[in-house]
Amino acid sequence: MLEIRWHGRGGQGVWSGSAVLALAAIKAGKYAQSFPQFGPERGGAPLEGYNRISDRPITLHCSIYEPHMVIVIDPTLLKYPTRILAGIKDGGHLVVNTEEEPQDLRKRLGIKHSVKVWAVDATTIALEEIDRPATNTAMLGALIRAVPVVPMERILEAVRERWPGEVGEKNVRAIRRAYEEVVMG
Amino acid sequence: MTAVKQVIMGLNGDEAVAYAVKQCNVDVVSAYPITPQTIIVEKISKFVNDGEVDLEFIKVESEHSALSACVGASAAGARTFTATAANGLQLMHEILYITSSLRLPVVMAIANRAPSGPINIHCDHNDSMGARDSGWIQIYSEDAQEAYDNVIQAFRIAEHPDVLLPVMVMMDGFLITHTLQNVSVLDDYAVSEFVGYRRVDMIKVPAIHGDKEVYRMLNPRYPLTFGPLDLFDYYMEHKMQQIETMKNAKKIIKEVHDEYAKLSGRFYGDGFVEPYKADDADFLLVGLGSTMGTVKEVVDDLREEGFKVGSVRVRVFRPFPEESLVPLLRDKTAVGVLDRGISFGSYGQLYLDIAAHLYGRMGPILIDFVYGLGGRDMPPSLIKSVFREIIEAEKNPEPVLRVRGVRG
Repeated sequence: MLEIRWHGRGGQGVWSGSAVLALAAIKAGKYAQSFPQFGPERGGAPLEGYNRISDRPITLHCSIYEPHMVIVIDPTLLKYPTRILAGIKDGGHLVVNTEEEPQDLRKRLGIKHSVKVWAVDATTIALEEIDRPATNTAMLGALIRAVPVVPMERILEAVRERWPGEVGEKNVRAIRRAYEEVVMG
Repeated sequence: MTAVKQVIMGLNGDEAVAYAVKQCNVDVVSAYPITPQTIIVEKISKFVNDGEVDLEFIKVESEHSALSACVGASAAGARTFTATAANGLQLMHEILYITSSLRLPVVMAIANRAPSGPINIHCDHNDSMGARDSGWIQIYSEDAQEAYDNVIQAFRIAEHPDVLLPVMVMMDGFLITHTLQNVSVLDDYAVSEFVGYRRVDMIKVPAIHGDKEVYRMLNPRYPLTFGPLDLFDYYMEHKMQQIETMKNAKKIIKEVHDEYAKLSGRFYGDGFVEPYKADDADFLLVGLGSTMGTVKEVVDDLREEGFKVGSVRVRVFRPFPEESLVPLLRDKTAVGVLDRGISFGSYGQLYLDIAAHLYGRMGPILIDFVYGLGGRDMPPSLIKSVFREIIEAEKNPEPVLRVRGVRG
């Protein structure tokens, strides 16, 4: 079972990003959960979302404390490294929306060597492809590059279902670009 | 093996319930939005707006009115659904008793949420436990799949001529309502066939309508009175009927569960309780709702470490399934009851029922663990430490009431 924690801010689409990932996983014949951590429901406030993806039925109904992957869709949240890095498993992945190089990020935040760091400038990609800084979908591209837990086609199918028409196509382009542009270090 | 075609969708618990309602030939929905149930109401009103379902959606200004509208609609012969949570359920309290005593088969989904105050939107069971004594059948779901299955079964149970009682289907707020997961849905035709349409029974009321049989419903042509004054002359006989009917409802709950299992391939224990590795266990945890899914994982872990542990999830809480539960618990060394609620000044509500039904039957050591109030998480690590307390219960049987997952 793969456990994922998303970090973003209220209104940025953490919940829909994790929902699309779960829907894509279900389309791919897997078992999946997507759930939010609802605190104060305020636009702009830091919040988390979660995924579990497995080949077997999932019976866990509790929070995730030791994720295999952490996705950060808003770079301003990197100023809370304790929360971002909390509990990441050895051999795990941190996938971040940032202009920084992954090596620089690793050094600056003191990220342990057992965690792989993936960096992509999803904000620029989103602004250029979707015309607004909606980074949740682009981060899906980076996510499946880091860990190919769901095939790209299933992700794109789920995105097109959730946002039919031109909006979906814009998001598809953002996902493909992020998949290509993400770098590991 | 399933008898009918099913589609696997990604739905959260609220969406799964709304989807079930869409398939169940419901005539009237009246509901007032409240977190974490709101998605149910939103989805149903969207289905109505988009013409995907032919039902009357009655907008109201409060939950008291929502259930009152359901009472009127149900008394007029409509298949009726509503949904609420926490404070909304509390506002309905007066009408809960009226619904059940008028023998109206309303189905209601509860997104379990801690009652205020302090204000909280997350899960515990004190809201539905506050409705425990109101004469409604209560079924607790473990996940979104079961919430879907339970709503479909609820209409059949409620409207069965030997039952005619309202049914509440519980699902944990956020932990089920907002958790998207794989949900297998039956096709519309199969559900429609399974639930059929509401059929109203016929009665004779010689004093008003002579020899003519009339439908037991509000009808201007053949007027009937529902819920008139009923003092010490007959009130107690009517309450006796409710007592007897709750007991007899078990047969129907079982029949409907088993018939649905044949249709869908999904069953939940014997329909009342779902044991997990309980037969040869010395130590058991018993509880309600989504936590019992997490408990299964912990049971597996502890079994690998060599501990003879198991669990039992209580699915039907009213009527209380003593015939199913007592034989599972009677011979164990120690049993922990997981209560996501508390009767202040006493124990958790599930513990009280289990203790009452085990009394005089040579039971195990019984310890009550109150947990998860207001959405406090119940991770595997905490469940494991609760199991350890059960395993050591012979050495440390006191205190009986233990609140776990709480600071200081």
